[in-house]
This record gives sequence, structure tokens and C-alpha cells, in this order.
Amino acid sequence: MMKKITQYMGISLLSLFSLPALANLNIFATVPEWGALAKEIGGDKVSIYNATTALQDPHRIEAKPSLLAQARRAQLVVATGAELEIGWLPLVVRDSGNSAIQAGRPGYFEAASVVAMRDVPKVLDRAQGDVHAAGNPHFHLDPRNIQKVGEALTARMGELDPANAEAYRASFKAFSSKWQAAIVRWESEAAPLRGVSVLVHHSSFVYLAAWLGLKELGVLESKPGVEPTSGHLSSLLERQKSAPARMVLRAAYQSDGPSLWLSGKAGIPAVMLPFSVGGTPEAGSLFSLFDDTINRLLKANR
Amino acid sequence: MFHKPFAVAALLAASCTAQAASDADLAAIRSQINELKQSYEQRIAALEQKLAQAESKASKAEITATNANVVANEARLNVRPPQTSASAFNPEISLILSGSYTNLKQNPGERRLQGFIPSNGELMPENRSFTLGESELMIAANIDPLFRGTLRLALAPDNTMGVEEASVQTLGLGNGFNLKAGRFLSGIGYLNEMHPHEWDFSNAPLPYQAFFGNALGMDGVQARWLAPTPIFLEFGGETARAMSFPATDESKSKNGLMSASAFVHVGGDLGVANSWRGGISYFASQPKDREYQDPLNGVNNSFSGASRTWIADLLWKWSPNGNAKQTNLKLQGEYFRRTESGDLVYDTAGSAQQGAFSNTQSGYYAQAVYQFMPNWRVGYRYDRLSSGSANIELINNGTLTAADLPLLANYSPSRNTLMVDWSPSEFSRVRLQYAQDKTRPEATDNQFWLQYVMSLGAHGGHKF
Repeated sequence: MMKKITQYMGISLLSLFSLPALANLNIFATVPEWGALAKEIGGDKVSIYNATTALQDPHRIEAKPSLLAQARRAQLVVATGAELEIGWLPLVVRDSGNSAIQAGRPGYFEAASVVAMRDVPKVLDRAQGDVHAAGNPHFHLDPRNIQKVGEALTARMGELDPANAEAYRASFKAFSSKWQAAIVRWESEAAPLRGVSVLVHHSSFVYLAAWLGLKELGVLESKPGVEPTSGHLSSLLERQKSAPARMVLRAAYQSDGPSLWLSGKAGIPAVMLPFSVGGTPEAGSLFSLFDDTINRLLKANR
Repeated sequence: MFHKPFAVAALLAASCTAQAASDADLAAIRSQINELKQSYEQRIAALEQKLAQAESKASKAEITATNANVVANEARLNVRPPQTSASAFNPEISLILSGSYTNLKQNPGERRLQGFIPSNGELMPENRSFTLGESELMIAANIDPLFRGTLRLALAPDNTMGVEEASVQTLGLGNGFNLKAGRFLSGIGYLNEMHPHEWDFSNAPLPYQAFFGNALGMDGVQARWLAPTPIFLEFGGETARAMSFPATDESKSKNGLMSASAFVHVGGDLGVANSWRGGISYFASQPKDREYQDPLNGVNNSFSGASRTWIADLLWKWSPNGNAKQTNLKLQGEYFRRTESGDLVYDTAGSAQQGAFSNTQSGYYAQAVYQFMPNWRVGYRYDRLSSGSANIELINNGTLTAADLPLLANYSPSRNTLMVDWSPSEFSRVRLQYAQDKTRPEATDNQFWLQYVMSLGAHGGHKF
């Protein structure tokens, strides 16, 4: 009897420890957009863990126990880079004790490494707020960057999992052709947005604005990462008289207070954009992320 | 008279012909004007057409220019500035600056934790009025692909420098293992590893003050292993020359392992809004001739024997959707239990009478910190210690009376603390704190702090 119990315990313990080995490629994505992209490439050959949701400020995450446990089992970390995750990812990667995902190893992938960065600060001074030395890290809102990151990620996944490399390449090729067609469609749908002036809560939409030709007139945060102050909001409202913006944008995870206040005072729509996959009920995939973003902008522009 | 009617007729006729002539002229003028108008209209139309053409050309030129600009910009973005060679390898450097203004009702020199042997730690507050806090300089970097090094220097306001941490740790040893060696803060409990600038209150909880003198530091080695399980499960062990209370090693003349600790941590998420971590830790050491001066009668006594401490800790964090930026709640509590048994020497400088000694002491703190709006938090903490009744052979056999060891008389120190702090950014914090300190029977101290804690340099990690 006792022997049987110990046998059972041994087996259950073993299965507990060998569980991760049964899954294919374990991917730890820091933000949902990379999780979604890896899923497009990997399909059912990968298991994805998204460390954050679109409703969480990616700058303000802590090295939670759950993240450590997942990083321990990951074979590939897909991060944005450009210091977006600097507050928590280095700590998680270090404390995970997982040699495969240390920076510089093939198991550590930074999307920023293949993207041309905007807003690279000329002066690094925290008096300017929470500035990112490598540039603005919210580049995923230009779909052409998703394409570039996807290419590099496909190669990396193939390197780590050579048995499925061909399958990854094929899935990405299929995704890529659909993606290219979608970009053309989005660009034509969004044509009326060209030259439209906007205010933004945080510099979250620099790449989106550059892609669609939106004109960013001002930021509600007086300095990056610093909560909007009433004084700064009033000065933006004052500026509406001389240089009026058509709408004020915020990401799903940002507080609605400041943009609603400005919207009410200036009589312009406050637009909440999904920012990442899952930011709104409609934005369930990478495709619908952009569909919904452009939809919401067009609706506000009417 | 005859001429008059003729003249009138002639005049009339003349006027009639003049009228006829002007009608013809008018028609001619009109047609001329019409012609003019038509020709001008044609010219204007032609001009307008030319203008429109010019305009469209100009806007085309503008579009081309914009496109060229975009291309140029893209090209500029694609060119990465080369990394500067030597400075690119500079380590992360950060500096913590802190200071406070303190207002205490009681003389801080008389503060003690009744029933507890002084831990030789910093029993803050040390001063009234303006006090410079410790300035902490941290330098850290990856040494090579295998190791990372960290140095923390504490510059005390009395112009002395202390090595708070000087350790090397492995980088991705693999299979969940991490090793650390050097001087570091022990991984036991929850708050022990946190440096003072990371605390939610201006001073350490009473159990940390009583049992470890604020924090248990070690000169030794630490091993941690993270289990490959879906929930967070971590085991750790340390062995060291424990530098601080409750261990002592003044002579540094003993080989082998003098202090050791073991801990296990579990944790995870509950839904997307809740995260938690709990742990059990154990620390054992063999203090030898650990001397203390009784502040109540000035007699020096010393203890030699075994000291064992158990800690249970629990941390719970909640924020809406797991997004801590707007509002969040942090609940935290730790329970300590220490048993010491061995020999007590009374009056080491004089009679030096020796007898068996044993005591079990406990203590806990529980605190809640709530961020009610961005940048602003309020917090409440309750601490309580129980000194236990020491079993002292010298008193039991009548050699001494309880009055000879007044500090060891049974008492339960407690404290209530309230704080509100404001952090305009991740790097700065200003805190106002009030504490009602009942750590000795004869007096209750009302303590006010106004404190700043600022960090500059490298972006520190957001520890859980």
C-alpha cells in the first residue's frame, strides 16, 4: 500500500516536472502583440504566455512570482526592447535561473533590434521625464514594423526549433501576404485621416501617426510618464483656439480622466484606442487591432 | 418777331438729329463693351486655368518634397549611431539620497524594546530635528556571460562608509539555479532583502528591529532554485559568517559554518488583478559571547548558545486589471518566532556569574498601503512583539533577582504607524509619517517624520 502511494507520488511529481517538456516551443511574450505574432507564426506548435495584458501599463510591471515561474520554463522571450520593460524584465530573466533566455542568447529576442526607431532623444536627462534612450518603444502600431519583426521572429523561432522551422516559415508567409493586403486596405480606408490634428495622452501613437499621416499637436503628459497636470491641460486647451486638434487619443490602459476633461472643454471627441491585442473587445487579433483602431479614428473624424 | 419761331424749329430739329446720333453711338459702345467683357472673361478664364495648373504643379512638388522628406527620414532612422566603445561598457550606477525632519515627544536616547536584548542595529530614529539619511551608491554590471557583480556603499551622515552589499551572482546557471557569494542581505522573510529606500515606511517594522537589527546581512554564499512548475516555487539556502545580530563572531577565529538559513517561497496570480507571495524561512546561528549592556542598570551581560528564528511571510497585491498605475493595494505581514537557549553570563566586567538561559520570543507586523490616485499613497502598519518570559537559571536559583536583569522583564512592545507619501515619478518620494511608539512601559512616544527618498542614475528593477 505504502509502496503504491510513493509510486503514485513519484509519478505525479515526475509529471509535474516534465510537463513543460511535452509542449513544443515555450514562448514568453512581454506584451500581447508579440504573443499574437508568435501565435500567427507558430500556430499549435508553440505555447504562448503573455506577461501583460493590453489593459496594463507596460512600463509599470513588477517582477511578479508568476512571471518568474513562467520565465523559468520559457525557451524564448519575445520582448519589445528599447527599455520598455527595463523595470522588470532584466530582473525576471536574471532571477529565473534559465540560461536559455539570458540577454544575448538565441532565446532572448528584442523586437526593437529590427525596427527603425523614432524620437531617439538627443539629450538624456530625467528632467525630461521617463525618456527612453533607444527611442520611442511603441513601434508596433505601424503594421510595417509588425512585418519586419515577424520576419526576424520567424528566423529566430526556426533557429530554436529547427524541426518546425519550415512550418514557421510557411505560416509566416501566409500571414505576411494577408498582412500586406491588409496594410493596403488600411491605408486606403484611413486616407481621410491624413493631416488630421490630434492630441495624445502619452507618446503612444508616434508610429501610428507617422504611418497614417496624423498630426500630433500635443501630449497630455507634460513629460513622458508624468501624470497630466491641470496646468498643462489648461495650456493645451488654450492652444485649441489657435491650433485646434480634431480629437484626443489615449491607449486602453491609460486613465480616461484627462482626455475626457479636455474632450468636454474643447468639444472634440476623446478616442480610446486598443493599443494592443485585447485592448478592446473588438481587437482580438493583430488584424482586428488595426481594423478597430482605424474604425475608431474614422468614427471620431466624421 | 419773325425769326423767333424759325429758330425754335431749327433748334428742335437740331436736337432731334443729335438724339438720333447718340442712340447709334450707345449701341456701338455697348457692343464694344460686350466685346471687351468677353475678351476679358476669356483672358481671366485662361489665367485661372494657368493658375490652377501652376497650383497643381506646386502641390505635386510639395507632395514629392514630403515623400522625399519621408524617405530621408526613414534613411536617417535606419542609420544607427555607432556605439561609443569604452563608455558603452560602463556599469549601471545609481545613487539614493534621503533625509528627514523628525519630531519626537520622547528623548530618542531612551528608546528601547523592553524585553529584547538590543540588536546593535540602528534603532531609528536616532536623532531629533534634521537628519541626513544614508546615501547609498550602487554600482552593478554583468561581469561576463556567467557573472554579475553588485556593490552598494552606504554613506552614513556621520561621514563613515559601510559596505552594504558586495556580491557576485551567476547569470543563467541553468535549470533554475542561481548562486550568490559575497556580502548580501539574506533572502529570508520578505522585507529583509529590501533596502531602506524601498520600504513603504520610514523605519523597519519592530520584529526586524528586534530580531535582526533592521535586516539580516550575511558574508557567505546563497543558492536558490526555482522549480519548473506553473506556480512560483522557490527554495533557497545560505550559509555564512552572519555579520549582524543575532549571530556574533568578534574573533573570526572559527572554521566552518556558523550561521545558516533556508527558505521556501510560493506565489502566483489569482485572476489578472491579484498577485501573491508567501514564504517560510528559518535561520540558525551559534552566537558566542554576544554581549549587551542593559540600558536600565548599565551592567554588561553576554549570551552564548543557539539562536533559531522562524519567519512566515505573506504579501498580497491587488490592482484593477493588474494595472498598478492608477490605484493599487498592497497587503503585507510577517510573523517571527525565535528561540534562544544557552548560557547567560551576568556582569561580564565584574562577578561574571554564569547560568543556563532560554527564551522564546515572537513578533509580527501587518500593513496595508493603498495608492488612491496616481502618485499618492496612504499606509497603516501595526507592529507587536512579545518578549516571552525568559527562563534564567541565575534568577531561578536565587543568585540574582529579576531586578538585576531589568531589560529582560516581560513586556509586549507595540506600535501604530500611519503614513502618506507622494511620488511625482518613479524616482522620487516624499513621505509624512506618524507613529505612536509603545516599545517601553513607562512612556509612549509620538513620532513625526517628514522624509524624502530620491534615486538617480540607472533605472532600478521593480521588485515584487
